[in-house]
Amino acid sequence: MSDAVKANGEPKNYLNDTYGIKSWLLTLDHKRIGIMYLITLTAFFLVGGVFAAFIRLELMTPKGDLFEAETYNKMFTMHGVVMIFFFLIPSIPAVLGNFLIPLQIGARDVAFPKLNLASYYLYALGGMFAIAAILMGGIDTGWTFYTPYSSSYSNSFVSLALVGVFINGFSSILTGVNFMVTIHKMRAPGLTWFRLPLFIWGHYATSLIQVLGTPVVAITLLLVVFERVFNIGIFDPTYGGDPVLFQHMFWFYSHPAVYIMILPGFAVISDVIACFSRKRIFGYSFVAFSSLAIAVLGFLVWGHHMFVSGQSTYASMVFSFITFFVAVPSAVKIFNWSFTLHKGSIKLDSPMLYVMGFIGLFTIGGLTGLFLSTLGTDVHLHDTYFVVAHFHYVMVGGMVMAFLCGLHFWWPKMTGRMYPEGPAKLGVMFVFAGFNLTFLPQFILGYMGMPRRYHAYPEEWQALNIMSTAGATVLGLGFGLTIAYFIWSLFKGEKAPANPFQAKGLEWDIPSPPIAHNFEAIPIVTWEAYPYGPEEAASQSTETATEPAKEDEVV
Amino acid sequence: MSEHHVVPLKIYFLIFFALMIGTVLTVGAAFVDMGFMNTPVALIIALVKASLVIMFFMHVKYSHKLVGLFAVSGFFWLCIMLALTMQDYYTRGWGEAPPVEFLKEGAFF
Ligand SMILES: [Cu+2]
Repeated sequence: MSDAVKANGEPKNYLNDTYGIKSWLLTLDHKRIGIMYLITLTAFFLVGGVFAAFIRLELMTPKGDLFEAETYNKMFTMHGVVMIFFFLIPSIPAVLGNFLIPLQIGARDVAFPKLNLASYYLYALGGMFAIAAILMGGIDTGWTFYTPYSSSYSNSFVSLALVGVFINGFSSILTGVNFMVTIHKMRAPGLTWFRLPLFIWGHYATSLIQVLGTPVVAITLLLVVFERVFNIGIFDPTYGGDPVLFQHMFWFYSHPAVYIMILPGFAVISDVIACFSRKRIFGYSFVAFSSLAIAVLGFLVWGHHMFVSGQSTYASMVFSFITFFVAVPSAVKIFNWSFTLHKGSIKLDSPMLYVMGFIGLFTIGGLTGLFLSTLGTDVHLHDTYFVVAHFHYVMVGGMVMAFLCGLHFWWPKMTGRMYPEGPAKLGVMFVFAGFNLTFLPQFILGYMGMPRRYHAYPEEWQALNIMSTAGATVLGLGFGLTIAYFIWSLFKGEKAPANPFQAKGLEWDIPSPPIAHNFEAIPIVTWEAYPYGPEEAASQSTETATEPAKEDEVV
Repeated sequence: MSEHHVVPLKIYFLIFFALMIGTVLTVGAAFVDMGFMNTPVALIIALVKASLVIMFFMHVKYSHKLVGLFAVSGFFWLCIMLALTMQDYYTRGWGEAPPVEFLKEGAFF
């Protein structure tokens, strides 16, 4: 057995199991596919970041002196399209979900490994269309592609970008199907639903939304393409269509899409917070079911994006009312995490610092959403920088913080190397401070009435805009630093032990990085999730006692 | 996991025959003016046909109950989309905004 287990003197693992570019591009290993997603996603994140930098540069001065109005329209559109469809939506599920779901449920791979690889290539192909649209001259409709502008008037490369998003949608659907079947069918013996880590529950709920929602937006965007090419009158009133119908069908997906982005974030936070406060998650089943509640309720509120677009007053009232309900399951999570911290023995390693940042920023992001779902205040705040600040608090303050949190927490497992703790702590500080400096002023600007999507503004708003641009610089430095030390750690980082954070979960019982098919023998699970604390540890003692011996055998 | 259920060819032809009858009925119904019932009748026939395809051709009838649950929830989500979208169109007249043109023409019931 010994020579099969060693490669170049190192223990065999999924990274050194086979070599060559083909062994990566045609891999069916969920872990390698996760890594490929990580690399591609980071590239898109940088592209989207460059557009953000241009936006903030233009807004440093009240006059539109850096870009023409049309060019500026393209900047914010491409920032939104790239960041939402090609970074945020795939991010945690495609990278951490792919890598960890099989590990956490004790499976050797996802249910459909070939479909998993196909999802990656659909994502890459869709991304290529988007990049082509950008290179040929860009798109100027805003990431929401509202009709009738997108369908009848825009002269930019709308169809190309829409086809890209359409193709990317199938990547999302197939990943969702794959995860759902994997979680239903491939759990290790004894691993019942209520013994699953909350990471799995969060991803299950996410997959539900992906499967139920994405087909609608895909077809809607395709209809816009058909309308542009064949003038078929779905959205164009001159052919008997209705432009508001586009908004209904777009937001039917795109509000739940917010939860595609944030539920995996919740999933990460639950696992990390339990580990670093050494406690079982308070109210485990409430947190688990709140994910499902969000997945269902999230589909009933989309009209809150349409209060001022001619939607009937009655419909607006219904959508506003249900929106207040959707805040409840999110609040359940926030409160339960806070209770988990209560009397825990908290360790402030960098993943935990990201958790702290997440809880604060997501709460602000969520609560300002209630301002916007209130019928009266929305008329004042609609399409202002208040909205921009609100969703960046949810998506960057919430989702990106959670993604970075999970990346740090599982980096040793994924790469076999430790990230350097000092620079990591500095990175969190930069990201947190830079983020708040960027987006807090935008709440004020929005409240004062600065509209979004304009490249010029009255002079009295310049101070706040300069603060925002300065903050974006700090934020950019934080991201740059993080990417730099992650890459550094791949070569120079300390070798990671199997379980550097003394975390609980099946993925921590196997070596870092794991072997190609994850488990030498499929584990049998007899304990509840998160067995932190003395009494739970005792119940798991028989299994843990055998663990170190098993690992020695593998190495 | 799912045992492979072999469906006799006779069933497939029977379902195919039923679907053809459904098509003839739909075409026939189009020539009879039933007033406000025009659209509901066409939709009911279509619904029956779709269920036959899902149950027999797509093997949902022979699969685990969970597969059926997922098929039903897909349909339920479609209903959510239609219902919440239509609650806008059908209540536009309640406020100040005029109703949308295509509703006046009676294209929908
Ligand atoms: Cu929304």
